[in-house]
Amino acid sequence: MTETDTGKKSRKMQSVGKMKEIMTGYYIDAKTAGQTGKKVAWITSGGPVEPLIAMDIIPVYPENYGAMIGASKMGADLCARAEAMGYSSDLCSYARADIASSLIDGGPIGGLPRPDMLVCCNNICGTVLKWYEVQARYYDVPLFILDTPFCHTEYTDEAKKYVRRQIMEYIAFLEEATKKKFDYDRMKEVGRISIEGQRLWQAVLDTAMKRPSPMTCFDAFFHLALIVTLRGTQVTVDYYRSLLAEMEQRVADGISAIPNEKYRLLWDNLPIWYRMRWLSEKFAAHDACLVADTYTTAWCMSLRYMDENNFLDSMAEGYTKSYLNIGVDEMIKIVLAMVDKYDVDGFVMHSNRSCKPYSLGQYDIQRAVQRERGIPSVTIESHMVDERSFSESQTETRIDAFMEMIGQKKR
Amino acid sequence: MITAGIDIGSITAKAAILSDGRILGTKVAFTGYNAREAGRSIYEALLRELEMEAPTIEKIVSTGYGRNSVVFADKPVTEIICHGAGAYYLNPHVRTVIDVGGQDSKVLAVNPDGTVKDFAMNDKCAAGTGRFLEVMARAMESDLDDFGPLSLQSHSPSKISSICTVFAESEVISLIAKGESREDIIAGIHESVASRISSMARRVGVREPVMMTGGVARNIGVVRALERALGVSIGVSPFAQVNGAIGAAVIAARI
Repeated sequence: MTETDTGKKSRKMQSVGKMKEIMTGYYIDAKTAGQTGKKVAWITSGGPVEPLIAMDIIPVYPENYGAMIGASKMGADLCARAEAMGYSSDLCSYARADIASSLIDGGPIGGLPRPDMLVCCNNICGTVLKWYEVQARYYDVPLFILDTPFCHTEYTDEAKKYVRRQIMEYIAFLEEATKKKFDYDRMKEVGRISIEGQRLWQAVLDTAMKRPSPMTCFDAFFHLALIVTLRGTQVTVDYYRSLLAEMEQRVADGISAIPNEKYRLLWDNLPIWYRMRWLSEKFAAHDACLVADTYTTAWCMSLRYMDENNFLDSMAEGYTKSYLNIGVDEMIKIVLAMVDKYDVDGFVMHSNRSCKPYSLGQYDIQRAVQRERGIPSVTIESHMVDERSFSESQTETRIDAFMEMIGQKKR
Repeated sequence: MITAGIDIGSITAKAAILSDGRILGTKVAFTGYNAREAGRSIYEALLRELEMEAPTIEKIVSTGYGRNSVVFADKPVTEIICHGAGAYYLNPHVRTVIDVGGQDSKVLAVNPDGTVKDFAMNDKCAAGTGRFLEVMARAMESDLDDFGPLSLQSHSPSKISSICTVFAESEVISLIAKGESREDIIAGIHESVASRISSMARRVGVREPVMMTGGVARNIGVVRALERALGVSIGVSPFAQVNGAIGAAVIAARI
């Protein structure tokens, strides 16, 4: 059944244009920072960005750039270039694509702006340490590493002291890099705005609890960009407030994300950036709406630890207990809670060769979901950016069989 | 009700025609490069063999990698669901199906009603598939049909440690150079396939009765190696290779 143009039009999100506008403005600011006298810091996606915002430093995310590279299907070429430089094809494709684009000064938007400093937090993986060291040598700029101990079960007192002390070192690093005093009042304000942005992002994602859902995880993958890159800024808060209003209006008007939502699914791991449209159409053709995902939720998952009256302490805990820095048993609890919250019929796991910390433990999580909730799951083997690792017919067979299984079960 | 199932695999195309749950006939042929043509030609060849006319077939389900290229089928269904339905048709007690075809291997957990509860498939890699065995047969200058009986004569299977088809092929060549016997090397190849598939089977959970389907089920050496690796006995129907097509014809009767 093909959808009418009117159906497609009413389903189109109005906020998309606004988002593109904000992101364009953001990248223009970052690319022209040299002329405006602003400093640019490259930072990992799970790194504490708020102190940078408080210091008027423009944060730039090689991982967000990696997503752009993937979505614009430039990943295979850049990854191959990195391999020619001697990097292993087993290495993270964000790292490979970023390192290669630095060298050729190419890729989408003609490459990222040159960094004045690098901020690396290992709460998402260990690869970032070497990746940022490589870039620090290449650009000959200072690197700050925030080491967040892995929280198998809890955030111990020792970990707390250890991370908190590094936050002070981080602030000293920024003071040294900018030759400016750190403004703690401004920090408090940025912290408040950051928490508000995360709350609004969570509220946007929560609208998918409604049946039919007004959005899919593919929409979330797109609208995620601001909470990643501009967390702690007013523009992010304003944007998510208007996006939330749009989602609520869609719910009120009964506008669903896909034409006929019959099945609701949960996605795990990073998106397959170069196959977003294909995947979303594939699932929609099965009347399946991917209503939620563990990935975009990661940018508001720490809300429960966040306290705007004690931002720096709570930030230390929140960033240390990020989704990829906790034990598999803790991840299972989060996934099970999402299965219940969004009331899903199946679980789709992207086993991402490119992201080991995210993919390790997926079979355990899958087993727990099947045991505790009895819903089917499927594994899609791929790479987030390197499209050479994607096999369409294999993926299609898995998805079709998975949907047939769910159909059998629901009948 | 007369129904047909057409299974277009990466190496062979299979067809089956059922009448009220009874198998009237089955057929296997090479797929060749044109999957669309393969579906039509095997279907027509089977009809001719059974002296039947196309209009007598009420419903057709296509399956396998080429399922979407069988334009005259009423519905495409994945081989996973079809192998479950086919195995259940051949043995209603079946709980686990190990299907090893040309380009993939899969393990299905089957519900008591014949529906598929869960499945695992090989990663995009030829290890543990029919293609792997074909490459090895070439390296061994043997006929693939002789692999099974030859391997049963081995007393000490060679060790093939690489799971990569290309690396395993060079391992086999060096084993030949070392003078290891043909029987031992072939038995080693089968153990390597069995080890790859059994880890996948354990992920899904192996419950008896276990049935093996797909073209590789014709290789008794792989079946025995899998039995040893999993510690269960594995049933192989004479219809193992056409099981997907039979399952498709079974499902066709329900649409």
